[in-house]
Amino acid sequence: MKSCLIVDDSKVIRMVAKKILQELDFETVEAEDGQVALDLCKNQMPDAVLLDWNMPVMDGIDFLKNLRQLPGGDGPVVVFCTTENDVNHIQEAMEAGANEYIMKPFDGEIIQAKFAQVGLL
Amino acid sequence: MGPGDFNFLQEMLKRESGLVLTEEKSYLLESRLIPVARKLSLNGIEELVVRAKNGTSPEVKKAIIEAMTTNESFFFRDIKPFDIFREATLPYYLDARQNTRKIKIWCAAASSGQEPYSLAMILNELGPKIAGWNVDILGTDISTDILDKAINGLYTQFEVQRGLPVQNLVKYFDKEDEHWRVKSELRSMVKYREFNLLDSFATLGQFDIVFCRNVLIYFDQETKAQILARIAECMPPDGLLFLGGAETVLGISNLFQPIPKLRGVYEVASKESGPSAFMEHPAVAAFAS
Repeated sequence: MKSCLIVDDSKVIRMVAKKILQELDFETVEAEDGQVALDLCKNQMPDAVLLDWNMPVMDGIDFLKNLRQLPGGDGPVVVFCTTENDVNHIQEAMEAGANEYIMKPFDGEIIQAKFAQVGLL
Repeated sequence: MGPGDFNFLQEMLKRESGLVLTEEKSYLLESRLIPVARKLSLNGIEELVVRAKNGTSPEVKKAIIEAMTTNESFFFRDIKPFDIFREATLPYYLDARQNTRKIKIWCAAASSGQEPYSLAMILNELGPKIAGWNVDILGTDISTDILDKAINGLYTQFEVQRGLPVQNLVKYFDKEDEHWRVKSELRSMVKYREFNLLDSFATLGQFDIVFCRNVLIYFDQETKAQILARIAECMPPDGLLFLGGAETVLGISNLFQPIPKLRGVYEVASKESGPSAFMEHPAVAAFAS
């Protein structure tokens, strides 16, 4: 079973994403900001990260940049999942090492399609 | 809806578009025609049928046919046919058409354009390899409404997130408010025209590659065989036909034969035994192994 770290400051979004990912047979772990997510990754790298952009303490882009510097930090497949839906944000995310990008609002079909595209399914 | 109305719609759809509507799929009539009636300010499906029956409102008939034959599409749908196109089909034709440097592709049910634009993206990625080549992509569909959407190349955020890698989104689309529009360079690679698969193919020309995916399933056996025969007529001996995952030519037509290990891909049947030039091409052999 693959693991996915869900990073989002909204409890509701984490709950929805968790339900979708569990139906796709993922073991899920949750974090409410980038710093908590980074600490979890230092302890154990997940197979995938579903990552929000705007969060308190540490945002998604800083988390990603830090993650990719960690030993083994190039391993997790990172899929941004954010309301930021302009080309500049998408390009910034890809340059920082994101593998895919979901623009909110999302549903199960989109998550499934994107995760399949990056080889997670 | 009474049985008389159902029978009328069933017969009209079969006659005008070839669509076979079984009673089990009668629910589709309600879900697709109620919005049509509403759009035309008519009082439900019954009035829609009355207008279609009296023959004075051809636009009503057209709206019914378009609503019933329009099917959802998304970029790189089912992915595998596009891998085959990229890894096996194009390398073969780039060798086989060295003399003419022309490849003609037909998407026979282009719908809102996602399939032809997906092919155009793959071709564009070949870069210098197709410089100086004349690659035509024709997208046809019975519905003019859906073709307008294809020509405009304007998609919702939801549509561009199903099947389209984000790298392709930023490379080939411009954001317009909450929508994404295919860039003009890519749009110019595809020509569209309205076409009913029941009509004569004489005006279409010849095609090396035909994508006719998820269309034949809506026709009866006889119509399927007729369409396949006409497709075969407009292809060269080494032409390739892509069908949908749930479709086959087996038991319907002997004008095409399946290509082993390339599911959904059929070549024009040959009288000669042994593997075809396509199957013997190194890229095809490597992909199929």
